[in-house]
Amino acid sequence: MASSHAELRPDQALADRDRIERAETDLVRNALVPGSFRERIRRLMVALYVPNILQGLAKTLEVMFRKKVTLQYPEERHIPRKGYRGEHRLKKDAQGRPNCVACYMCATACPANCITIEAMEAPWPDRDKVPKQFTIDLLKCIYCGMCEEACPCDAIELTTTFTQVSTSREEKIHKIDRLLRDA
Amino acid sequence: MNEWLWFFGKVGVVLGIIFTFAPLMTLMERKVSAWVQMRHGPNRVGPQGLLQPVADLVKLVMKELIIPGKTDRALFFMGPVLAFIPPTLAFCVIPFGNQIGDQKLQVANLNIGILFLMAVLSTGVYGITLGGWASNNKYSLLGSLRASAQLISYELTLGLTILMVVMMAESVDPQVIVGKQTVGLLSWNVFGGGHWWALPAGLIGFVLMWTCALAENNRLPFDMAECDAELVGGYHTEYSSMGFALYMLSEYVAMVMMSALITTLFLGGWHFPFLTDPADTSWLGGIISVAVFCGKVAFNLFVYLWVRWTLPRFRYDQIMQLGWKSLLPVALCTLAYLAVGGVLFEG
Repeated sequence: MASSHAELRPDQALADRDRIERAETDLVRNALVPGSFRERIRRLMVALYVPNILQGLAKTLEVMFRKKVTLQYPEERHIPRKGYRGEHRLKKDAQGRPNCVACYMCATACPANCITIEAMEAPWPDRDKVPKQFTIDLLKCIYCGMCEEACPCDAIELTTTFTQVSTSREEKIHKIDRLLRDA
Repeated sequence: MNEWLWFFGKVGVVLGIIFTFAPLMTLMERKVSAWVQMRHGPNRVGPQGLLQPVADLVKLVMKELIIPGKTDRALFFMGPVLAFIPPTLAFCVIPFGNQIGDQKLQVANLNIGILFLMAVLSTGVYGITLGGWASNNKYSLLGSLRASAQLISYELTLGLTILMVVMMAESVDPQVIVGKQTVGLLSWNVFGGGHWWALPAGLIGFVLMWTCALAENNRLPFDMAECDAELVGGYHTEYSSMGFALYMLSEYVAMVMMSALITTLFLGGWHFPFLTDPADTSWLGGIISVAVFCGKVAFNLFVYLWVRWTLPRFRYDQIMQLGWKSLLPVALCTLAYLAVGGVLFEG
């Protein structure tokens, strides 16, 4: 998770690291010597309650004016980052033919065994097989993206679609025509 | 005839203030909690969620009223009512504005207003105690027991704090207390009521007053009456529908009341420098002074929420320790300082 974060936004990752380092040096610099004047003052402040409470109140007041993190869902929608692993799709080439050659690499790589492929002879001379049936059971799928990585023809892809609403179990089993639909 | 008109007008304004702020507080409670957590809060019902209290009320009215078996029915129904009456009643001695003509904007112009107020406020504990007791539920009983012990402990300090104000203003008449604070910002009792030597006492008294106010209203960090975490819902566990709604409402009315009291005692009542003029008895001046009063009450109510979402809860023994071992001695010392200072500096 952390590494992909760094790859996607290196500047942000560096800034985060800098901030953590600065906070650590601050902690070391501000560490109080027991019995020193500043340490006694701080202990007095803790004993008096009120100054620390005021500090806390100032903090919450500051947070109140920060930018809200909630997305107003139906109106605003989350835009997933590049590389998000959502619903699957089978890609097509320039002539509109599926890239898939029914090699079973994705079905083999799948840790959840959710891909079922049925092959047939290809009508085109440049490949031996094409899929007759290509079924993904999304109820089994763990969205790991191994199929995408295993594919030698760049045929299967996980899109950024994350809203998958259905009213029955059957709808969650995507057949080849659904998978070949244009994005 | 004219007297009656004035009387009903003033009662109307006071009830208007109470029943505007109390439902608004139920909304703001959720709004402020959301803001502190960087969320939006309820914003779907009406503009910016302003009609949320109406929706909440409709929901509560529609709910079934469940009365558990083996309850003391008479006391069970009296509980919420007894919790609701005292804070509403106490409002009648709060001066909520400058005078218009020769009419003082105060429902009952009692010259012992502060004593009346303390007497009425201390009866507020019955609502919680009876409600919890009549429910015939161990959680409720524990909640109400804790609450009554807490209320009695903190009422002591509250009384002493009010006494500080009485000493600074040299009167128990709320009109006089506010009147003496209308000279300027430094004449507010929080800054010592115009006596330079009383400045620390005013500040300490203000902090004590707020602490006791939070405890008196069972607000976090002193919410021993409810303590959802360990006693389910405390004294109102068994209440549903409108009984529960009335308890909630009375809690908010008590908060409005306490905010108004803090405003009157420490924050100069309806006065704000350059906005209100005590000599101006016109209608416009009166309305501005009521608005200033409402603004101060609104700020105090915000502080309630602000504190709630900042501080964690106290444990029960910590509350008792704070009340008896810290606040009470501090209040007594400050009172002694005020007494000695009064003799030394004012002669």
